[in-house]
Amino acid sequence: MARTSLIEAGRLAALQEMRRDPRIWVLGEDVARGGLWGQYRGFLDEFGPERVVSTTISESTIMGAGLGAALVGTRPIIEMRIFDFVMCAMDELANQIAKVRYMFGGQARPAVVVRMPHGMWRNSAAQHSQMLEAWFAHLPGVVVVAPSSPADEAGLLVSAIRSDDPVLFFDPKDLWQVEGDIPDGEIAPIPFGKARLLSEGRAATLVTWSAMVPKAQSAVRTLAAKGLAVDLIDLRSIWPWDEDAVAQSVARTRRLLVVHEAVEVGGFGAEIVARMIDRLGPSAIDVARRLGAPRIPIPFSPPLETAVRVTEDKIVRAVEAMCR
Amino acid sequence: MAKGKAPRATGGSGKAQRGDNTRRLTDLYRTMVRIRAFEEAALAAHKAGEMPGPLHVSLGQEGVAAGVCASLRKDDRLTSNHRGHGHAIAKGADPRRMFLELLGRDGGYCRGKGGSMHIADFSVGMLGANGVVGGGIPIAVGAAQGLKLLKSDAIAVCMFGDGAANRGPFLEGLNWAALYRLPVLFVCEDNGVAAFTAAESVTAGPGISERAASLGVPSTKVDGNDVVAVDEMVSGLAREVRSGGGPRLLHARTYRWTGHTSTDAAAWRDPKEVEAAKARCPIARLASTLAAQGVGAGELDAMRSAAEREMMEARVAARSAPFPGLEVAFDDVQDSGAVGGA
Repeated sequence: MARTSLIEAGRLAALQEMRRDPRIWVLGEDVARGGLWGQYRGFLDEFGPERVVSTTISESTIMGAGLGAALVGTRPIIEMRIFDFVMCAMDELANQIAKVRYMFGGQARPAVVVRMPHGMWRNSAAQHSQMLEAWFAHLPGVVVVAPSSPADEAGLLVSAIRSDDPVLFFDPKDLWQVEGDIPDGEIAPIPFGKARLLSEGRAATLVTWSAMVPKAQSAVRTLAAKGLAVDLIDLRSIWPWDEDAVAQSVARTRRLLVVHEAVEVGGFGAEIVARMIDRLGPSAIDVARRLGAPRIPIPFSPPLETAVRVTEDKIVRAVEAMCR
Repeated sequence: MAKGKAPRATGGSGKAQRGDNTRRLTDLYRTMVRIRAFEEAALAAHKAGEMPGPLHVSLGQEGVAAGVCASLRKDDRLTSNHRGHGHAIAKGADPRRMFLELLGRDGGYCRGKGGSMHIADFSVGMLGANGVVGGGIPIAVGAAQGLKLLKSDAIAVCMFGDGAANRGPFLEGLNWAALYRLPVLFVCEDNGVAAFTAAESVTAGPGISERAASLGVPSTKVDGNDVVAVDEMVSGLAREVRSGGGPRLLHARTYRWTGHTSTDAAAWRDPKEVEAAKARCPIARLASTLAAQGVGAGELDAMRSAAEREMMEARVAARSAPFPGLEVAFDDVQDSGAVGGA
């Protein structure tokens, strides 16, 4: 095991895969300089400018060119720099990448990874802080991945790069510097749709992903000290998502709380709650709730931003309220 | 598909050269009458209620599709638009499978999941028609970038209309292709009208070629109804692109005889304009050239009849083909996270 940051784990995973397969290349703004965040540091020296392509600020073409290059047999990693900019490339993503395989009757396999560092991050305001993963879970044709630890960042990125499906990879930018262990030697792929059980308890089931995971872990420790032991599930990917793991837990605890950084209204938490009620039946569940952001844009000023964040304290209070 | 040296519109001096030239022009003629016959059959099928959904035909524009594709290899990739039947046929797609797709039948190119607007045949380098104006531009640019990365000498060709030149991907894609000197030929098939709106009424500045030139993409204008001129131009442009010269743009002016879709009677424009355009029919024009080269009317009629028969047979076969099994609706979405059904 080696101790590493999440950003370095992702860097090592992409490096490993690009060494393995010369058809893999990366395109996006400033990637030849290592990327905005340093997630491609050293790639230019090793792979050269044909495989590490710094592009103009042309999101539509970054996305669409990635698709075109995939259609001739290469395997691009499409770097979006910051998630919010994907909105400039929505035709290429939603109308083209997500559709070509189906619409052309299986002739096309758009094997692209779209990396989108997302979420709140140091007072970056409304256009650099969004979490809209639910939009993409709603979009047929794509895989939606949202890791929260260095080991998952690495293993899920390997899976994403090897996948023939288009994979939307939500790097948690607030967690870039979080440290954790990754296995020595080759980074093995982690399958999509397999959740991680981070703690066990009978009081409630807490389901979350991405940057909410460390906050939920803190909340779980606080709750344990208060005598409430909960199952904490990190979904790791939200499409596909590990319905079985959540159902098994909820069947035991009878209480479900889904926590996400995204706006609560219409968030993916609603899907999870609805599916559990469908699957287990209303009589099997005492309470099922969501905890997300209010339906407002993210404000800039630090105290205002903090006011709309889902915090450890809010998670603790939400669990306590449903266990009363 | 015809290959080799481009013909001269006036014909060659030597007997052998004249023979090659006539053969190439005859091939262009055959391609155009096949496109015309396919779309006329499609219009008839739509009118008869055999074909569901929208139908965008390119009657009058056949010279562009035929002239552009005559110099392309099978492994050259082409992206098309919502008015793409001609591009598909000229690139080598099978009209029988196209017709099956138009009617949503089993055996269609997209297994009945795409229809007229999404015909694709990856086996002949046809990367798909597109329901979004300008949607093919970034894809063609990326295909060219991928081909370059794979060290292939195939090129990408992007067919788009005058409407697409007013969308963002035009600026982004041309700038990008020029920056990386990508092997892509942009072809603006300018039929003068963006859906129901005259292109000139919504296009500022000196024109599409000039826009391309300002982005460092050398561009050429051609009469798109002169298939021989289109062929001659593209033969040279494709060679330049293939030899690493970077992108080129061809601005081909043509005219769409019909409305935006088969159900649009185009009452919004002057019928005299359409009549004038029909007098410039690319097929009739090439017929005159061929007649001057000694190709008899009987031979041309035979080609036209053969095309009409081919497309009628494609229509009849499609009409009697079964619809896809309902399970087809649920497959080819994605491998991971696929949902069942039917």
